[in-house]
Amino acid sequence: MVMLKGAFIYPGSLGYTLYYTTNFIFTGLAVATAFHAKLFNIGGEGQAYVGSLGILLATALFAPFLPALFVVLLCIICSALIGAAWAFIPGYLQAKRGSHVVITTIMFNFLASSLMVYLLAGPLIQLGQQSPQSDLIPESAQLASFETFFSLFGIDITSSPLNLSFLLGLFALFVFWVLIWKTRLGYEIRAVGKNQDAANYAGINVPKIIIITMTISGAFAGLLAVNEVMGVQHRAILNFTAGYGFTGIAVALMGRNHPVGIFFASLLFGALFQGGAELDFEFQSITRDMVLLIQGMIILFSGALAYMFNPALSKIFNNITKNGANDD
Amino acid sequence: MMIDFLFQTLWALDATLRVATPLMLCAMAGIFSERSGIVDISLEGKLLSGAFVAATIASLTGSVWLGLMGAICASVMMSLLHGFACITHRGDQVVSGVAINFLASGLTVILGIAIFKRGGQTPTLSSGERFRPIELWFVDALDNVPVIGTIYRELISGHSLLVYVALLCVPIASFILYKSRFGLRLRAVGESPIAVDSAGVSVTWLRYRALIVGGVFCGIAGAYLSISHGANFVREMSAGKGYIALAAVIFGNWRPIRAFWACLMFGFLDAITSRLQDIDLPLIGEVPAQLMSALPYIMTIILLSGFIGRPSPPSAIGVPYKK
Repeated sequence: MVMLKGAFIYPGSLGYTLYYTTNFIFTGLAVATAFHAKLFNIGGEGQAYVGSLGILLATALFAPFLPALFVVLLCIICSALIGAAWAFIPGYLQAKRGSHVVITTIMFNFLASSLMVYLLAGPLIQLGQQSPQSDLIPESAQLASFETFFSLFGIDITSSPLNLSFLLGLFALFVFWVLIWKTRLGYEIRAVGKNQDAANYAGINVPKIIIITMTISGAFAGLLAVNEVMGVQHRAILNFTAGYGFTGIAVALMGRNHPVGIFFASLLFGALFQGGAELDFEFQSITRDMVLLIQGMIILFSGALAYMFNPALSKIFNNITKNGANDD
Repeated sequence: MMIDFLFQTLWALDATLRVATPLMLCAMAGIFSERSGIVDISLEGKLLSGAFVAATIASLTGSVWLGLMGAICASVMMSLLHGFACITHRGDQVVSGVAINFLASGLTVILGIAIFKRGGQTPTLSSGERFRPIELWFVDALDNVPVIGTIYRELISGHSLLVYVALLCVPIASFILYKSRFGLRLRAVGESPIAVDSAGVSVTWLRYRALIVGGVFCGIAGAYLSISHGANFVREMSAGKGYIALAAVIFGNWRPIRAFWACLMFGFLDAITSRLQDIDLPLIGEVPAQLMSALPYIMTIILLSGFIGRPSPPSAIGVPYKK
């Protein structure tokens, strides 16, 4: 109950829940895209982390002379591009050099983390600051929070970190749906995922599709930086990804790689994160770490043990249908 | 100058050995599991749960040996779960490994808070509740011998029991893998499970045994972290060591002795990182510490991409066996 109240009912809590949801939509989509080609992208964490560099780069290059709308768009594109680039290399290595994408994306997570520590504590550190964080990004590149956005229309809502990137998240879900089920590329991605040999014989360039899939996957992950850097923190800080990239795995598995499923799984995890924070507050004995455990359980049961109940269930269903047939 | 250099080198090698110990144990675990055809991302989780249980039991009972036993049991349980998911139910091995890593990082903290109420840490162990450094034989006798005496005292003697256990594990793993019947079958099941099956040997049981052996190694490594090298359990104390060990397995081309050298190399990099800070190297200049800590990963990626020789993983790795 505390968890439910903490996630939806307390003032501002729904905002927090949806803010977490936004993060999970992006990382869930990243993992799901790769899953459709039967690739396992564990690197969402790293791709999102370096995605923030795209934003810093875009603001440095364009903010001084472009209007806010273009700056925001360019920032979004650049964060996706850098995330994509970070996933491109593992994709390329898998497709052309045969190194396994799981191992390389894990390694790339560590590389991203080292790189960001180096940059945030060194070249990019805010002047006169000790803590490793970048300068504030210019106001033209900051995304309005829902609070300011709604106050434009005279509606008052409680302050929360929820910002316009939630809408970007919903848009990304739609793009994902179109991409996977309505385009030729999506068909090829799914074909490679179902059977690489068959796809190859059907004239699909398998290595190319693997590289493209990983790149798109990385782009989705990179967008997480939009929510965190442009929407909430307004700067790149150390470890702002906070494990959201890994949670994306559970989200994608639970959402069955479908946008609607991913949305609801993200909402569930958003509620768990926010409600978990509330639990943290009320009972000192139960913490956020419970969410980690739940995450592990979900990955275990809906991922690794997905087929465990199949024999038993199919037996039951067979019995039911048999009985039904006898009744007729 | 000469003496100073000797001490510096000894110090670095000594630190290398300490850092490399959990890597060696986990790498041997990884080799057993992967050679039997099971991808083992879950080294990290097993290491972490071993570390937690070791510190918890040692602090509750005051006995290092019970702590070590507990660590091994916990880690083997994780292995069995991995086996249950991906051998018995033929689930995805990577997904299962990731799940175990999450379970370990969640469970260790939750249980830690429930038992000790210290925000996920365990109480600091007294020296009687830890594996202490051991003085080897003849240390004093050899003291008078120049160079060798110093090396013996500083580098070879004076580690905790688990360091020597880890060093012993490498030749033992190599022996089991290459000289025993179990090892022969284990390697065969990683290359061609159907051949092993048609010879009348159970693929399932062989793979389970490989995972159990791996669990034992990881458990010892976990105990080393929390009740030998450290004096308590801290959340996420494995800090990616399981992944570095996995990198060492790949670097060692799935062979124990080569993986051992890879562990020493990665350990050495780790050990000298703190030393090299703020020091200008000739030609290169100052090396950022982050670059040093990223080096194992960079090297593994380069190796995996086949730019230095071709890695040859077991051919049946990652494929569930269906009879």
